Amino acid sequence: MKPVRQPSKALERENAMRKLSQSLMTFVLTALPFGLVYAEDAVPVPDKGDTAWLIVATILVTLMVLPGLALFYGGMVRSKNMLSILMQVFVIFSVMALLWALYGYSVAFTEGNAFFGGLSKAFLIGVKPESVAATFSKGVVVPEYLYVAFQLTFAGITPALIVGAFAERVKFSAILAFIVFWFTFAYLPMAHMVWYWAGPDAYTSPEAGAAAGATAGFLFQKGALDFAGGTVVHINAGIAGLVGSIMVGRRIGFGKESMAPHSVVMTMIGASLLWVGWFGFNAGSNLEANGTTGLVFLNTMLATAAATLAWVGAEWLSRGKPSMLGGASGAVAGLVAITPACGWAGPMGSIVLGLVAGAVCFWSVTTLKKALGYDDSLDVFGVHGVGGIIGALGTAIVASPALGGTGVYDYVANAVAEYDLKTQFISQSWGVGVALVWSGLVSVIGFKLVDLIIGLRVSEEVEREGLDITEHGETAYHH
Amino acid sequence: MKLITAILKPFKLDDVREALSEAGITGITVTEVKGFGRQKGHTELYRGAEYVVDFLPKIKLEVAVSDELLETALDAIASTANTGKIGDGKIFVTNLEQAIRIRTGETGSSAL
Repeated sequence: MKPVRQPSKALERENAMRKLSQSLMTFVLTALPFGLVYAEDAVPVPDKGDTAWLIVATILVTLMVLPGLALFYGGMVRSKNMLSILMQVFVIFSVMALLWALYGYSVAFTEGNAFFGGLSKAFLIGVKPESVAATFSKGVVVPEYLYVAFQLTFAGITPALIVGAFAERVKFSAILAFIVFWFTFAYLPMAHMVWYWAGPDAYTSPEAGAAAGATAGFLFQKGALDFAGGTVVHINAGIAGLVGSIMVGRRIGFGKESMAPHSVVMTMIGASLLWVGWFGFNAGSNLEANGTTGLVFLNTMLATAAATLAWVGAEWLSRGKPSMLGGASGAVAGLVAITPACGWAGPMGSIVLGLVAGAVCFWSVTTLKKALGYDDSLDVFGVHGVGGIIGALGTAIVASPALGGTGVYDYVANAVAEYDLKTQFISQSWGVGVALVWSGLVSVIGFKLVDLIIGLRVSEEVEREGLDITEHGETAYHH
Repeated sequence: MKLITAILKPFKLDDVREALSEAGITGITVTEVKGFGRQKGHTELYRGAEYVVDFLPKIKLEVAVSDELLETALDAIASTANTGKIGDGKIFVTNLEQAIRIRTGETGSSAL
């Protein structure tokens, strides 16, 4: 998913061993008297270890959404709206799964222009069990069906993140309509712009590399690094949430009535499932199971722990008490911030990034939100938007080899390229800026359209009664 | 016969129940309730949003006793539920006109 990356020494050795064994095998096979020659050089076969890891990672990301995100959000609303949140997340994931297979995968991950891919794989036409997708090592591939499924889970979680911003007051039908629009015109182009490239095998010479580079997505060509979706997932969803919370308006009684979370226990369970599932999200994004995957795994762990401590510490110092909700929020802020950086940062850089994200996100949901007065119910912008921006810009810093990062790999030279922090920071700013402006505009249009056609907000009576009984005909708890 | 209604700190319930048993009381009814008195409420803080919680959880204990047992029962409750801090609760005593044991149909003190 990330454009380029730098394998460790161990990985280079591992790849060399793999190549050696492949050529030995080729030699043995071609030397056989039967003339048994396979075209194994032309069609690389997926490694079973990589394949198994991608299956596990895909399951983990599914777990992040169902029930992770659903419980994380659900615990934070009032009990009369619990099921509405669970349902929104559950059904959005299902809708996205189908749209992904129908046209999403094709629009995001086939060649087209710099902003949208084509429709050549709509309905997954042409994808077969033996089809393969490129990874980040030359000659290493994974089964395309699994790549489709893995990416499906990312498309599933991103729109589900948005609903927290206008929780407790929007019609279920309006949310579904908006999400379909936003997925098509914001998520898919962002995924294409950031992640679509021809794969490492196309970079055989400077000319071939330049030709291949020209087919990649807009932000990929700008050199913006986003390992696992800081821009595509978190800034994208965060700004959509902010726009939504402003356009929908505040909840009735906001700032006056108690809107305390009905179950911080559920939120803690949800945050924990997000933490666990995020290993699939981040480490899975390496597609292969190798040394870089190990680095990503450790970075994800450390940044999350650091952000938890930073948030809780900031809270303890400024408000006098360290809270469980603060701990859960800090963990998510850290997970968000490390997402774009996790493949290029070093472990110490990840800790610093986590500490910064935890403290700044705490400030954004307490001070910034209060100052601006919008009602982002579950702090989608404050945590995912702000955390995503810190992560995306911070990637330029922590990726620097001078600061313990891995630098960026040059597939033409087959070596780590020279790293210039300033240039990289400008590239990262392109990613942040495009995500904010593009997703922001699409969201404004989407919410406006849905408001005209369906109406975004439920009636005052429905809002007071709670969305569970009025929109879904059920109640979460029977006291 | 008297009906004693006591509002207690929840964590004192077990001690009070034990003291009442020792005093010869054979049955009590307990309800989890919320309320406020001099102790007032407290504030809760969620991601910077501050909410004042006016009502605190308490235990409401109801026990019907014969006139002879009243003082013993009141002593048992008052001495065990006392922590000396604000919010220990209150005890109310009301006259009880009738009591009936449903199973046998006994009435009055013998139904207690």
